[in-house]
Amino acid sequence: MNDDDSKQATLAYALRLGDDSLVLGQRISEWVSNAPFLEEDIACGNVALDYIGRARLYYGYAAELAADGRDEDDFAYLRSAREFRNYLIYELPRGDFAFTQVRQLLVDLFNTGYLAALAGSRDATLAAIAAKAIKETRYHLRRSREWVLRLGDGTGESHRRTQKALDDLWGYTHELFEPDALELRLAAAGTGVDTAALKPEWKRALAAVLNEATLSLPADDWAVRGGRTGYHTENLGHLLTQLQSIHRAYPGCRW
Amino acid sequence: MKTSADEQELERRFQQRIEDEQKIEPKDWMPAAYRKNLIRQISQHAHSEVIGMQPEGNFLTRAPSLRRKAVLLSKIQDEAGHGLYLYSAAETLGTPRSELIAALQAGEAKYASIFNYPTQTWGDVGAIGWLVDGAAIVNQISLQRTSYGPYARGMVRICKEESFHQRQGYEIMIALAHGSAEQREMAQDSLNRFYWPALMMFGPHDRESAHSARSMQWKIKRETNDDLRQKFIDQTVPQIAFLGLEHPDSGIRWNEERQHYDHGEIDWNEFYAVINGNGHCNRQRMEHHIRAHEEGAWVRDAIAAHREKRGGRKQQVA
Repeated sequence: MNDDDSKQATLAYALRLGDDSLVLGQRISEWVSNAPFLEEDIACGNVALDYIGRARLYYGYAAELAADGRDEDDFAYLRSAREFRNYLIYELPRGDFAFTQVRQLLVDLFNTGYLAALAGSRDATLAAIAAKAIKETRYHLRRSREWVLRLGDGTGESHRRTQKALDDLWGYTHELFEPDALELRLAAAGTGVDTAALKPEWKRALAAVLNEATLSLPADDWAVRGGRTGYHTENLGHLLTQLQSIHRAYPGCRW
Repeated sequence: MKTSADEQELERRFQQRIEDEQKIEPKDWMPAAYRKNLIRQISQHAHSEVIGMQPEGNFLTRAPSLRRKAVLLSKIQDEAGHGLYLYSAAETLGTPRSELIAALQAGEAKYASIFNYPTQTWGDVGAIGWLVDGAAIVNQISLQRTSYGPYARGMVRICKEESFHQRQGYEIMIALAHGSAEQREMAQDSLNRFYWPALMMFGPHDRESAHSARSMQWKIKRETNDDLRQKFIDQTVPQIAFLGLEHPDSGIRWNEERQHYDHGEIDWNEFYAVINGNGHCNRQRMEHHIRAHEEGAWVRDAIAAHREKRGGRKQQVA
């Protein structure tokens, strides 16, 4: 890989991570004023804010690598759904509170391993972003773990909702651990993360939480993929329509 | 059993402490009407912070830049936090939050009427931060000296954050006012729609205010509605000028003798219409609050059930 190839690859990689952060941050922000009680309005806002902050760092780095005048907002607001490269699990609607917390547990466990690895990246900027983000993710994980324990082992209704959320989300977890050629190349270069290597620990940690929460690990009998190739669910288009509407309605304006 | 002579003596001493600018604390004796008045005011203030999340939240998913989205998220989070302090302050008077929320949802407790106005454009987010939070600060600065200790201390912290919020809103307005023709128009339109409702936030004229006289005597309120409103009017004139926008009140004139701006009359019919349920969003705001609360019922039940199970298990282990 020559320098230019490597730069383009890192740019694409940073955009993927920015897309993951923005799309999930947007989803979580939908809870503000809709949460089960006031403390959760605040907490959900806080987690959303961490993700939006992360998106800005990744996009900011992408802009630096692109060096063509584009900035963080160009990446967030002026790309179509087909250009977004976030994992599908992030774009699914917020669902009920169980769905949101189960998704959070799945991705918090994933990101705990991912960001720890990325913090050791040879790319100093990615390593610095990961070092900051992992502190947030460890805190998010404490929260989502506690929530899944309470909801899983709470009432009959909360148990049913939480198990259903897990079953409905399960098929979207597989692609998290299926790195494509770009990711493998960057992993080999010491810049990116080989997510396949994260799966055993992820599954072990998840099984421990589910066991304590009296929930069952779903069977691996279905899987939906496509986030990293831009083959999305129908939800992303609507999410982006809302996110981008004002920005696109006034082209070229500063806010 | 206390005689009415004892009561009178307690009340006399209480009023003396107020005169001496001593703070009343939760465990101190206080007249029942003082307590009731405070619960009404503090809970109304808390409800306003909570309902106020809705009109700004309306633009959370559409904020036109990532920076604005992050700032708005922080701001709304602060408002929810203010709601929490204020509910806690009200709880020190012996009423639990669940009762206060039930009173809000039953329509027995009020919240600031300003939040019954719709946010229609991004400019409205700027106007709310600038004018609505700006008006709230004028009121809250004076409440830092209110006679009830927990309320006064809560206000000190709230005021610090509100001043950030006001700057946040004004910064949005500056960007719009210095932006494209459409953005300037958006700024002017938001100013026009939110200026008068912001003036109404100070409440009716003092002579028509139901709770004013008593609240002033107890130093729950420290300045009158009209005096606070005048402060806000005066401070807003140069801010509008700096933005290069047109003042929505054609009657605004500097009065050399009073050293204040004279201004046009507020449309009090509109004020009472919105208070009485005829604003664009009264029903929507309450339905939203009730829906979120009801949708969260199973979550709150789950917490209680889990706590009970865990407590039970710990006992078994012990």
